[in-house]
Amino acid sequence: MIARKRLRLAGRYAVLLSVTVVMVGPLLWQLFIALKGQNESVYGNGSFSVPTHPTLHNFAAVMKRIPVWTYLKNSFTVVGMSIASNLVLATTGGYMLSRPGWRGAKAVFLVLVISMMFPFESIMISLFIDIRDLSLIDKLTGVWLPGVVGAFNVLIMRAAFAAVPDEVEEAAVLDGAGEWRRFTRVFLPSARGAMLVVAITTFIGAWDDFLWPFIVLRSDHSFTLTLGLARLQSTSFGFDERTVMAGSIISVIPVLILFIATQRWFYKGVEAGAVKM
Amino acid sequence: MFGIFPFANTVVLSFTNAKPLGGAARNVGLRNYTEMFHDPDFWTAVKNSVEYALVVVPLMVMLPLMLAVLVSKKIPGIGFFRTAFYLPVLASIVVVGFSWSWMLGENGMINTLLKDLHLTGRPIEFLTDPHLLLLSAMAMTVWKGQGWYMVIYLAALGNVPKELYEAAEMDGAGAIRKFFSVTIPGVRLTMAIVGTLTAIGSLRVFTEIFILGGPTGGPGGQARTLPFYIRDAALDPETGNLGYGSAISVALFVLTVGLTLLGLWLSRGKEGTR
Repeated sequence: MIARKRLRLAGRYAVLLSVTVVMVGPLLWQLFIALKGQNESVYGNGSFSVPTHPTLHNFAAVMKRIPVWTYLKNSFTVVGMSIASNLVLATTGGYMLSRPGWRGAKAVFLVLVISMMFPFESIMISLFIDIRDLSLIDKLTGVWLPGVVGAFNVLIMRAAFAAVPDEVEEAAVLDGAGEWRRFTRVFLPSARGAMLVVAITTFIGAWDDFLWPFIVLRSDHSFTLTLGLARLQSTSFGFDERTVMAGSIISVIPVLILFIATQRWFYKGVEAGAVKM
Repeated sequence: MFGIFPFANTVVLSFTNAKPLGGAARNVGLRNYTEMFHDPDFWTAVKNSVEYALVVVPLMVMLPLMLAVLVSKKIPGIGFFRTAFYLPVLASIVVVGFSWSWMLGENGMINTLLKDLHLTGRPIEFLTDPHLLLLSAMAMTVWKGQGWYMVIYLAALGNVPKELYEAAEMDGAGAIRKFFSVTIPGVRLTMAIVGTLTAIGSLRVFTEIFILGGPTGGPGGQARTLPFYIRDAALDPETGNLGYGSAISVALFVLTVGLTLLGLWLSRGKEGTR
């Protein structure tokens, strides 16, 4: 009986490990290619080999070829503005929606739900015209503006504020705390988990976004990192797989750091969000 | 506000011939729509996008559920495996695209492996044959996205009553039977949600094709999806026509609503037979 159980467990680990190879392998190999020197092959049979003399040369090379620091700065600018605007507007908007008893709350809620039905790609032409008429083409503000606040984020915050027990709020009222004070001292602290989920999903969304920045941004100095990398790959002149992979490793690092730092809350937040769906 | 106003504006635009660089737009009535229905490139894009959804949705509903079941048991080291399966979600689609286009290239890992095993004589054209390109992109979408849905399923699995599994075990059900008779009915609602979300997501695919197939969207644009074609038709500075692109955008929206309703209807039908 015990032997059979052990065998089962071993089988489980075997499956887990083989799935890990499939899921992590391509990313790991990307790192390997980025670390390979010029005399180590990355194609044919060489594609299987691990770097024998790891070098950081490719990272220096990609920085020389494309303005990585400018791209990074641009990406972080859009990400920072998006997180700030989403947090401010989703918390205030979600708070207002979670307070019962004002006319139109239901209508606003309905508008938010309906607006989530439109895929971004079906409204991007209209948004393009707005951005063009505001003279924001080739500006980072133009990339940021359509994502100023996500409807889903408002709904997440609304749910988080609605979950705050009435007694807690009543106690604060008895203490003489005004509306603003209750919002900042009682509601915001108790919805920290939801705020983190909003911040993280906004981060990943803005960091990875491709089509919209691709439409808005035109010149090299305003590119975000994903755009800059894609251009590095498509300008086949002097195309070197090692350089491209080094560039992509650079772009993964910030997200990886964020994930490691917030992992515990992140899973909790996603689970909470999933349960409420 | 939000999606509603821009979409209303898109509908209005679809009856005009507005140009990307501005200038006066004329009302052209239904001309964009008649042009669209006779445009073979439009139908190729529709076919590609629908095909994308038909292949990706079932895989995205099932594979992450299987992954979730696989990592649901708290055995030593399970945190590592969960993170490992989640990793592709964190890498941006452009980055993932680089690694896949390298792997699937003529001299890449997959073709080298196939050649060494004497399975193929010539390299398989994963990235240059329009159809294989689409399939490669679909595989990449699934590979990158499944970790996200795995986490959602994990939460749903926690809500399936343990007694049901115990009862099934008493009846002598093995792992596979438990999966089909307890797990799937237990997370049916989540499956419907995941199916709907991934259907909408499949119709939005652009970057996968752009990175794997290049800026043209595969040879001759044959692997272009609807969003890809919207961009090409509307926003090219010289030949672009915002009105025509808007008509395609309306078609994309109609298709999205259609697939969503179909998904809801399918999941409701199953609920009834239970």
